[in-house]
Amino acid sequence: MAAPRIAVHKLASCDGCQLALLNLGEDLLALAEAVEIRHFVEAGWVDEEAEVDIALVEGAVSTPHDAERIRAVRARSRLLVAVGACATAGGVQALRNEGDLDAWLGRVYPHPEWVEAAPRCEPLSAHVPVDLELPGCPVSGAQVVAALASLLRGAAPAPARDAVCMACKRAGHVCTLVAGGAPCMGPVTVTGCGAVCPGQGRDCYGCYGPAAQANTPALMRRFRALGLDAEAVARRFAGIQAGAEVFAKARYQALHDATLNRERLERRATAREEREGQG
Amino acid sequence: MSRRIEIRVPALARVEGEGALELAVADGRIEQLRLRIYEPPRLFERFLEGRDPHEVPDLVARICGICPVAYQMTAVHAFEDLAGVDPGAWVAAMRRVVYCGEWIESHALHIHLLALPDFLGYDNAVDMARAHREVVSRGLRLQALGNEIIRLFGGRSVHPVGLRVGGLHRAPRAAEVAALRGRLEDAVVQAEALVRWCAGLELPEDAQEFTCVALRHARDYAIERGRIVSSRGHDLAPAEWERHFAEHQVPHSTALHAHLDGAPYLVGPLARLNLNHDRLPEATRDLVRAAGLALPSRNMFHSMLARALEIHFALVEAVRLLAGYGEPEAAAVPVAVPAGVAFAATEAPRGLLWHRYEVGADGLVRRARIVPPTSQNQARIEADLAAHLEAFGLHRDDEALRRRAETVVRNYDPCISCSTHFLRTVEIRRR
Repeated sequence: MAAPRIAVHKLASCDGCQLALLNLGEDLLALAEAVEIRHFVEAGWVDEEAEVDIALVEGAVSTPHDAERIRAVRARSRLLVAVGACATAGGVQALRNEGDLDAWLGRVYPHPEWVEAAPRCEPLSAHVPVDLELPGCPVSGAQVVAALASLLRGAAPAPARDAVCMACKRAGHVCTLVAGGAPCMGPVTVTGCGAVCPGQGRDCYGCYGPAAQANTPALMRRFRALGLDAEAVARRFAGIQAGAEVFAKARYQALHDATLNRERLERRATAREEREGQG
Repeated sequence: MSRRIEIRVPALARVEGEGALELAVADGRIEQLRLRIYEPPRLFERFLEGRDPHEVPDLVARICGICPVAYQMTAVHAFEDLAGVDPGAWVAAMRRVVYCGEWIESHALHIHLLALPDFLGYDNAVDMARAHREVVSRGLRLQALGNEIIRLFGGRSVHPVGLRVGGLHRAPRAAEVAALRGRLEDAVVQAEALVRWCAGLELPEDAQEFTCVALRHARDYAIERGRIVSSRGHDLAPAEWERHFAEHQVPHSTALHAHLDGAPYLVGPLARLNLNHDRLPEATRDLVRAAGLALPSRNMFHSMLARALEIHFALVEAVRLLAGYGEPEAAAVPVAVPAGVAFAATEAPRGLLWHRYEVGADGLVRRARIVPPTSQNQARIEADLAAHLEAFGLHRDDEALRRRAETVVRNYDPCISCSTHFLRTVEIRRR
């Protein structure tokens, strides 16, 4: 049997998920012997047009050119794997979807008209069918190798669904939310990182995206009870995984609460002024 | 002689991020030469507006997967400096150890996976490893060790989570530190061997004039603190950066170009070594002598040797800083960031990294400005390419010209993902 052909592509991203491969050490050399790497620009293989069995794609679609590229990659790949938060949810740069792109470009570039950008920064799935999504920021080498191993044996890897809390409890970390009083995102964030933040004694900030059945309203009430104002609660959901739908909804809810709260305070202030004016 | 030839190469490989190089040669002269950076703009500076300073380190890490610590470190220093808070000697020492880890990881990756295949005539490290297995394995082990330092202090090597405004989130246990320190000590001989091996490589001769810029510290080989100095006599506090350095946009790049007093300049390992070799520990200075390297060097191809020497330095430094390690009572101090303007500069693996934040009365960031090393080096890379390719000989065949041009660019270890606010196609046109 011929060695399976692999391609690694990169769109808008920090290159961090490709490090899942470049940081494999000796295993990278072993992997390169077990498969036929056809395209992996950062590592030195260049053949953008190669037909492959598995394409690993890092990065979000954020320019018209990249939208064309991902369609071409899809057409030449038997299986397409979205690797990392940028490819699965747009990544941290999806935060720009909520702003005025022209104004934002104008804030960073003196000549925004020289810069090509699509109106929105989107995950691969907004443009093409995706066979498997690995959602972390960054994904780990173990995740990518395990996914490749399953796919190469013709099996579909089971995606993680549990919350970080499960991994955190198994590791025996002290709960940063209950015991530490920190606004930990662990209860609503999918596992895969190995509860790395609580392991460092700090609150999870949601970089792996939403867990299945994430109870965001309950966690948001808890954050308010910890003393976070509505804007600060909204910012907890406006991080690396801002583009993930569950987190986006939670953010809008928090901002809506903030607006209602502000309006209520304003009405109260107006009423008080009127009373004092009459008095 | 009048040749009109057009060459197009589909991708500039072994650099981080995406962009292109275009070279037009007419009648044996370079008509146009430009690095086109079209990595999509990611607009980080805008995302930081409206954020609490304590949220900034986790966000700025995402500018670069290869050097997240540099971005985090520069941000935390800026806010602590504005707040007038010094988290103390333990935090300072441990942060320097983490930064040493990132230098080791990034430099070892660049030497072995990105740059070295150029000098040994391979397309990639895997092909190179078939003939030079021990060299590649040694490099990958050093890279892994750099990653382990970062992991010990930050839970993972890419986008670590240990650094915070005010200190570290967690102090490693003494037993964990002792185990790692032993492995670092054992690796020093591997770094020595790497330096001697790099010194033996046949490099292109190429003396050029360029201005070097780096941080300089009164006592240490500057990494995370110091004043901004240049080979032309500048000596500036980080807050004075804007007085002498200016960024401008060019139509062919999503990375801004930076100039020092109107001219290109060099940041990175060779600039640091040229300006600060007197601050290296004795053991690394001995290696500079053993390698036969006369400093300051005007040959940009000494950059790889400079990286190897900095790996040695970083190992020796981490071993020194971890000697007698004790767990502190607290790994961080509380920091309330007041309104005002925060500045900091540190030495990322690829060179000087400068941050500026305006903090409002509500305690949130109102405006951010981040100047990464690669955008500072862009103008210098274009100048180097023009000078080097003319000296190399524009009459040479297209394949030789293309390979040499790529080698020149990769020698800077450009980090394109970092610099966008950067390469995909190499295009050589001759008319």
